[in-house]
Amino acid sequence: MDFMHQLIQQLINGVSLGSIYALIALGYTMIYGIIKLINFAHGDVYMVGAYIGFAAVTFGGLSIFPALLLSMAITAILGMLVERIAYKPLRHAPRISLLITAIGVSFFLEYTSMYFVTPTPRTFPEVMPNISFNLGGFIINGQQLLILGITIVLMAILTYIVQKTKLGKAMRAASFDTETAQLMGVDSDKVISMTFCIGSALAAAAGVLVGVYYNTIDPLMGIMPGLKAFVAAVLGGIGILPGAVVGGIVLGVVEALVAGFISSTFRDAAAFAILILVLLIKPSGLFGKNTNEKV
Amino acid sequence: MFFSKKKFKLASMIACGILASALFTGCGGGDSAGGGDKKAAAGDEIVIGANFELTGNHAQYGANANNGLKLAIKEVNDAGGINGKKIKIVEADAKSEAAESVNAATKLISDDKVIALIGPAVTANVIAESQVATDNMIPIIAPAATNPDVTVENGQVKAFVFRSCFIDPQQSEVMAQFAAKDLNAKTAVLYLDSSSDYSKSLGKIFKEKFEADGGQVVMEEAFLAKDQDFKAALTKIQTANADVIFVPAYYEEVGKIVKQARELGITAAILGTDGWDDSKVIDIAGKDALNNTYFCTHYFEGDAEVQGFINAYKGEYNNDPNVFAALGYDAGKMLVNAIERGGDDSQKIRDNIETIKDLQVGTGKITMDSATHNPIKGIVVIETKDGMRELRAKIAPEG
Amino acid sequence: MVMLVFGLVLYGVLQMMISTKIIGSFWELNIILICVNIILSASLNLINGYTGQFSLGHAGFMAVGAYVGVVATVKFGLPLIVALILGAIAAGFLGFLIGLPTLRLRGDYLAIATLGLGEIIRIVIMNIDYVGGAAGFKGIPHLTNFTWVFFVMLVTLFFIKNFVNSSHGRACIAIRENEIAAEAMGVNTTKYKVMAFTLGAAFAGVAGGLFAHQFYLISPTSFTFLSSFNYLIMVVMGGMGSITGSIAGAFVVTFISAALASFPEARMIIYALALILMMFYRPQGLFGYMELTNVGPIKKFLDKVSGAKEAVT
Repeated sequence: MDFMHQLIQQLINGVSLGSIYALIALGYTMIYGIIKLINFAHGDVYMVGAYIGFAAVTFGGLSIFPALLLSMAITAILGMLVERIAYKPLRHAPRISLLITAIGVSFFLEYTSMYFVTPTPRTFPEVMPNISFNLGGFIINGQQLLILGITIVLMAILTYIVQKTKLGKAMRAASFDTETAQLMGVDSDKVISMTFCIGSALAAAAGVLVGVYYNTIDPLMGIMPGLKAFVAAVLGGIGILPGAVVGGIVLGVVEALVAGFISSTFRDAAAFAILILVLLIKPSGLFGKNTNEKV
Repeated sequence: MFFSKKKFKLASMIACGILASALFTGCGGGDSAGGGDKKAAAGDEIVIGANFELTGNHAQYGANANNGLKLAIKEVNDAGGINGKKIKIVEADAKSEAAESVNAATKLISDDKVIALIGPAVTANVIAESQVATDNMIPIIAPAATNPDVTVENGQVKAFVFRSCFIDPQQSEVMAQFAAKDLNAKTAVLYLDSSSDYSKSLGKIFKEKFEADGGQVVMEEAFLAKDQDFKAALTKIQTANADVIFVPAYYEEVGKIVKQARELGITAAILGTDGWDDSKVIDIAGKDALNNTYFCTHYFEGDAEVQGFINAYKGEYNNDPNVFAALGYDAGKMLVNAIERGGDDSQKIRDNIETIKDLQVGTGKITMDSATHNPIKGIVVIETKDGMRELRAKIAPEG
Repeated sequence: MVMLVFGLVLYGVLQMMISTKIIGSFWELNIILICVNIILSASLNLINGYTGQFSLGHAGFMAVGAYVGVVATVKFGLPLIVALILGAIAAGFLGFLIGLPTLRLRGDYLAIATLGLGEIIRIVIMNIDYVGGAAGFKGIPHLTNFTWVFFVMLVTLFFIKNFVNSSHGRACIAIRENEIAAEAMGVNTTKYKVMAFTLGAAFAGVAGGLFAHQFYLISPTSFTFLSSFNYLIMVVMGGMGSITGSIAGAFVVTFISAALASFPEARMIIYALALILMMFYRPQGLFGYMELTNVGPIKKFLDKVSGAKEAVT
């Protein structure tokens, strides 16, 4: 296999890995955009979504798409509840208290799940045919194409919602200045609630798809992808939807290239190093606008 | 900067309350500590400690080993206990961290007065714990820590530390020989979990043995536990075009690695060690992907002598035991045997574990090697064919 | 001065209870852990609480101190005190090197950058075979004891207290309150940010050295970003910008963890709920910006004592 061939295969690997980061990062970045909270519990909402999908398929006997929708719906409610119960009372508290609460929620979801489902990983039954395409020697997996496709479609829908609908306008207003938006007649609480709904549903979609693709789920599965998705969101400019997708894919490609051509041992270290370099050159991320500090 | 005085008083009261309760608890724990320096099995219960990783990254291994142990003890208690005394297990959480393992072991020894410890599952946590146990003269049986350093330090056997599994060099040697002789492999790639010393030390020994047998390790790649996607490194491994790929790792990652390797079109034989031994590998990787894979482990599920354990485990937990559960069960059986033979304090239990001979445990018969504190037991090599396990080789215990 | 006397009395009482076995070895170990955690939370408070720079990489600096410390004692046979100092220098130097470029970042961007650096440090250590790699560094002599950690903790607290009350400390607080205004007032913000970051890292290194010599074996798993979260939790729970708060935070978190050791399955759930409830009722932490020495009756008492002393001298 020559170098070019390997390079292209690694790019394919990277894009497909990155599309998963991107899918999780979308929800992350939406929530950050509106209440400026690093929602560390997002990765765990993703885990809960995966488990609901698993239960729907294994015990409910549903096929994959109803299971996916069911999981998104339940997880959306979960996300809304988390916001209502844990974050809303802290709307005017220091931001760092909110962050600690998010860490608390994260631990709570992880270990409550572990209590009920045990730490042993579960395996998804085969609910989708797993076909690999061989295009001139390059291997592309059907499920990963599907994940990439869903990511892009969801990004498009979200961008439409945020840019063109009334809800989106309210979101943008609330994210710009919550209190002024409230004065202008935007029901900020409702908008924030909706954002958590949508963000959590996205996480659930990612959870189910990843569960199906990689075939295992466990209560701590959300920690690393959550962190990576956050890195992806920051890389792209946090709060910006296309930024999250590009950030995710860049991260995936960097990881694949480092693992393929330099050393797989330092793959994660390299991913973080790239993040730091990007931030040093462009402190607000790839797509972020440099805002001038108000005096 | 400004708080109302009232609020502040509340805060300081909370702080004082916590401080006071800490002192009381401290004293409470201590009072009982003052009494019994001699750790004897007093009363109508024999208290043993289970120090396992119940939270954190290794929770699934710790929890499984703990289940195995609980089953072994339950069997004894259901049969009336030992001389009328029931065995009580006190659990503590090693939190998948060496320091926390020390902390948990200290609690079990000083507060709960256990007379022996079982666990943890992972090597580093056992090594950290072993110092505390040695200082307090409490015997440990580690179920699954296969690193040689667990029981031997600087050439000296640790008096109070035992295990119920074989050790890494045996596994790597068996697999290296299997690759070179049975599979006629000339070249190999190592794909190791760089966050696990289990994986790294197995890889190192495999390389030595395989090259001594005339083979050549042409590439070494690494991943991290909990990774989901292995395709980047596998694409690179594919370019090496080696005869075998050695993946000494745990089943969750192994399943995904095998699946993704086959998707990329890698057809080479994939070899592994006892970390593979869980039926979940088949669910994760799929039947077809697992063809042409081989691993070594402690027992073959088709053997007559292990049916008792497998059925008991299925009856209790409603799923198949994996290797951690089996070794946890064995550790429990060994401890029970040591107590039965007159082990009513920690020192005697230690002496009795050292002299275990031809004891029937869940995975077969074992004898303790008093020079190394490793059990002398056989290794089996298993091939997976169309989702079914087949016995390829059975290496009898040495000596 | 009064605090010093109080510290010595506390030491005497605890030491007596330990040596007479009134405090069993499990709680002795946890008192040692509390002291180590106090050093960590107080030093992180210097960065996060006083200077307002959001760092999530504290466990990384702790790891550097721990590994440099054990290399000094195990491989070179140096005494513990030298090992601690070397660990502090190494961690502090790294903090300086890292702080210089990254402290240009603000808020959450700085947080994720420091988190990444902490992880990079851990991954690098994991791949250095000289210090045991992923298996961890084995055979560390047990040199840490209660006396050591207690006095090192006292020195740390006194240093940080004096730093915060010095003109340097005031500059740091000015940066936290409003960076642009501070700059306009002639505060060299870069200098003070890097200074606080370096000092915080150095003390984390000291804590790492003490930690390493307590547990016989250290491995990279003890220094993940989840541990950094833990130290941040201590700081926020106690109160950002309060040394008394750091002490209380470290105490409460370590204590909850130890007290729940008998309920391994429910431990993390209870801990998580405690964390969330705590933030509901006291989002500014136990002490907020206050120090215990500033609380009404205690302040009066302290003023009286020091007043009396001044009258004597």
